[in-house]
Amino acid sequence: MRRLLNLRPDRGSRLLLGLLPFVALLIVYLIASDMRLEENPNDKMLPAISTFADSIAQFAFQEDKRTGVITLWADTASSLQRLCIGLALAALGGLIFGILTGVLPYASAALSPLIAALSMIPPLAILPILFIIFGLGELSKVILIVIGVAPFVMRDIGMRVAELPAEQLIKVQTLGASTWQAVLRVVLPQMLPRLIDAVRLSLGPAWLFLIAAEAIAATDGLGYRIFLVRRYLAMDIILPYVVWITVLAFMMDLLLRMLSRKVFPWYQRA
Amino acid sequence: MNMISVRKLWKEYGDQVVLENVSLEVKEREFITVVGASGCGKSTFLRMLLGQETPTRGEFLIDGKPLPDEPGPDRGIVFQRYSVFPHLTVLENVMLGLELERAPLLGKLFGRKRGEIRERATAMLDEVGLYHARDKYATELSGGMQQRLSIAQSVIKQPRILLLDEPFGALDPGISADMHKLILRLWEEHHMTIFMVTHDIKEGFDLGTRLLVFDKARLDAQAPNAYGATITYDIPLHVTSQKMLQEMAEAKARTERFTDGLAAA
Repeated sequence: MRRLLNLRPDRGSRLLLGLLPFVALLIVYLIASDMRLEENPNDKMLPAISTFADSIAQFAFQEDKRTGVITLWADTASSLQRLCIGLALAALGGLIFGILTGVLPYASAALSPLIAALSMIPPLAILPILFIIFGLGELSKVILIVIGVAPFVMRDIGMRVAELPAEQLIKVQTLGASTWQAVLRVVLPQMLPRLIDAVRLSLGPAWLFLIAAEAIAATDGLGYRIFLVRRYLAMDIILPYVVWITVLAFMMDLLLRMLSRKVFPWYQRA
Repeated sequence: MNMISVRKLWKEYGDQVVLENVSLEVKEREFITVVGASGCGKSTFLRMLLGQETPTRGEFLIDGKPLPDEPGPDRGIVFQRYSVFPHLTVLENVMLGLELERAPLLGKLFGRKRGEIRERATAMLDEVGLYHARDKYATELSGGMQQRLSIAQSVIKQPRILLLDEPFGALDPGISADMHKLILRLWEEHHMTIFMVTHDIKEGFDLGTRLLVFDKARLDAQAPNAYGATITYDIPLHVTSQKMLQEMAEAKARTERFTDGLAAA
């Protein structure tokens, strides 16, 4: 018998082992739900599967009688729009300032202390300020995501630029490059896949800021809905929404990873 | 007139003297190899030629004018590692220098103009024996092939001076021999002046038309940084004598023992 630390599962058993905890969780839930419902059929804490099915059917497949839209899809569209605009702006700003501070010592001297200080501000603490300045509309939610994510992307890209071997920047100068050309042909293309990495790491915080902003002031969105139905202890809606948000976040991460592999094949090899 | 004149050059960092009183005249088309114990200012000297360092005292002239204080296209460089661009294919790596010259704004050419330089770059790749690998990414190449690529990248810009910083130091001995043939051929064909730093004295003798030894002429164990290195031997290689070789190897070994002793202490 080999040592435990030398035993490796094959592909099939790896899949099976990965599924096992999910199945276990599900079974635990079903038993607990059953026990509570037996005691009190009106219990709302751990709804039965059939209740979930009814609620999901109502929210995901039927038009809402009052608004005339399918609630889940409308919420998803609003939330994804806020999230994607926020992340795109944060990525763009982070990329520009990150490269600026990474390449130019003067820009770094002028901006790095400011960025370091700003990134220490808890973004949620200035959410009231954003609501006051930008109103309760879409803009303040998008700005919250930008403020929460951009400093991280900026510092990350700045560090990645600094990690490029000094030899590369000297070499390109001996090939006749100006500062602008060196950035455009050597630094920027090598930063794009690293930017995707940074955005992937920012997905968690971005969702956090989105849901927080929606919980406080919104008229639609996934976060808004969860906090709205909380008043009725509607676990049969909250739990599917949470699962749906998780699926969305997972899909975004997966898409970004696939994009990076497809567009930057050299990055995976290096 | 000589192309490069170095007159009474000193380089100091605070109270650490790296180079002291270096004087040197170099004519166009010489192939200069530079050897010396580590920490004896070879690399500092090369970085000065490159424009990364400026002399503390003395003059470093090229065509009678002070050397520019930043790297430029008249002086190509091949480092020991990391001088190819991982995000470009082999062909794109070689085209880059020509594209930068012709497209100031985008640094990239398209259409017919791109076709023209693609032809030139392909011919260059053929010359260094990388034609078959032209569509691979640079980092997919072996160490020796990456060095060929880095050389091709610089040579296509037709630099007057080519600087080589231990370019074959990380390669297998068998591969080095091929690289020696290549670099000598390019030196002949492209009319360059070459400075090559190497830690391999034999390589220095095999390749150069002139060999410089950087060494500390004075050693003081109480103040190891008080004295800098200078050119202790300046050997025109067609008149090498066996005795000189012997002397040189002994001097290098002596300094190495000294520096190692310091490191151990």
